[in-house]
Amino acid sequence: MRQLMTGNEAMAEGAIRAGCRAYFGYPITPQNEILEYMAAHLPQAGGAFVQAESEVAAINMCYGASAAGVRTMTSSSSPGISLKLEGISYLAGADLPCVIVNVMRGGPGLGNIAPAQGDYFQATKGGGHGDYRLIVLAPSTVQESAELVGLAFDLSDRYRVPAMILADGMLGQMMEPVALPPHRDPATLPPKPWALTGAKGREPNYIASFALDPKDLRELNLRRHERYREIADREVRWEEVETGDAEVLLVAYGTMGRIAKTVVRRARGEGLRVGLLRPITLWPFPYEPIRALAERVRAVLTVELSAGQMWEDVRLAVEGRCPTPFYGEMGGVVPTPDEVLQEVKRLA
Amino acid sequence: MERSIVFAGFGGQGVLLAGKILARAAMNEGLEVTWLPSYGPEMRGGTANCTVVIADEPVGSPIVDRPDVLLAMNGPSLDRFEPRVTPGGTVVVNRSLIERPLRRTDVRGVLLRANDLARELGEPRVANMVALGAVVRALEVVPLEAVQEAMAEELGAKGRERLVAVNRAALERGHGAPAAGMR
Repeated sequence: MRQLMTGNEAMAEGAIRAGCRAYFGYPITPQNEILEYMAAHLPQAGGAFVQAESEVAAINMCYGASAAGVRTMTSSSSPGISLKLEGISYLAGADLPCVIVNVMRGGPGLGNIAPAQGDYFQATKGGGHGDYRLIVLAPSTVQESAELVGLAFDLSDRYRVPAMILADGMLGQMMEPVALPPHRDPATLPPKPWALTGAKGREPNYIASFALDPKDLRELNLRRHERYREIADREVRWEEVETGDAEVLLVAYGTMGRIAKTVVRRARGEGLRVGLLRPITLWPFPYEPIRALAERVRAVLTVELSAGQMWEDVRLAVEGRCPTPFYGEMGGVVPTPDEVLQEVKRLA
Repeated sequence: MERSIVFAGFGGQGVLLAGKILARAAMNEGLEVTWLPSYGPEMRGGTANCTVVIADEPVGSPIVDRPDVLLAMNGPSLDRFEPRVTPGGTVVVNRSLIERPLRRTDVRGVLLRANDLARELGEPRVANMVALGAVVRALEVVPLEAVQEAMAEELGAKGRERLVAVNRAALERGHGAPAAGMR
């Protein structure tokens, strides 16, 4: 049975169904429907909803709830995520799982509330201070929005690495039919023996994001980076569309990824051999699949709602095997399929 | 098959709801659909619009450069979206509020007095459903009954039977509006 939902609602419902029982947020367009939905539905599921006094407070509430072993989420949009970065770095440094949703809008600064993808660097290259990584998942449909939130919780728990859902205003606001994933009982989720659950009958657990002795801090970092390597080896996800005989390969994610699917369809209708690789995990990035395709296409065209951020990772993947042109829009402008198609035709 | 519709009007005319009901009807018919609202600050007292794309395979872009059908509930909406309608497409014009003729000669015009027809039904607020009825007829993708069902699902809380009934009648009225207004 499918339901008609916005991406924002689907992410909220997907989180509840994945066993999220603590949500802390602060309003900002275009993601307010997540708070609204959580306020209406999370308490009914036995969870805690708090509209915090600020983004900074919300992310630090996540730190506390996560340390207590609860599946925890916060959400915001670009400027609000900037405010959360200190807390995100602390979560990463304390090896605490958490899901952070960024429904991106036009920037920098206050920008506007239209769809954009200008926070790719912030999400995938750190953002906050220190040598840390986030697992970054980029849905391109409302269905995927519901599903990837659940995957984000699973991966975040498994590796004790905070996970980010990188969506955008269009995905948050649009409606599509969605078949919701099943409800999972938090009691059936894998145990978290590291959590602060009361030390009765066991040694106390200790959670912190600091170690004063450089050798100790180095050791913590080395162990964390072993997990990052494991994630990079095992958790890369992507979708390929019509790549078999493609001469021009598009690389696009999220909203731009679905627009690129229309571009591929129209291009094929005109006899052009065009394919698409859509990264689903932005970190870990699908370097290897892009590298393999770069061996046999004429060009890899990156299309983004930014000045070219993911483009840098695409170029790292291609490493000069073929030309790597870029097409992008900024400021909340979303190119139409025909505008992208014109760009493709210059290459085909 | 892929059909796109732009619903446009003043904030408060119910164009977002009309689009949502069509989207729900399409979903219930087993089709793929996207509904994308304008969510900018322009919604406050200004124009509002939404784009619905209905297809038999997953929809790519929810943004449409060339809509097949335009519903213009007021003048500014017609001015803004008429140039974008795909050649051979349809423009449903709310003649209650729009006096000017279509400028395009390569699109089909369906002219109906949505507000007047709604008043005749005793409920001025259902002008959007009258107009949606005409859109459904122009589209020929989902049956009127499916749209009426979707409307009832969307509005049908307890105690709202009268509201559902008058909306049902409004959809039928718009759907059956005579072709007299066409040019």
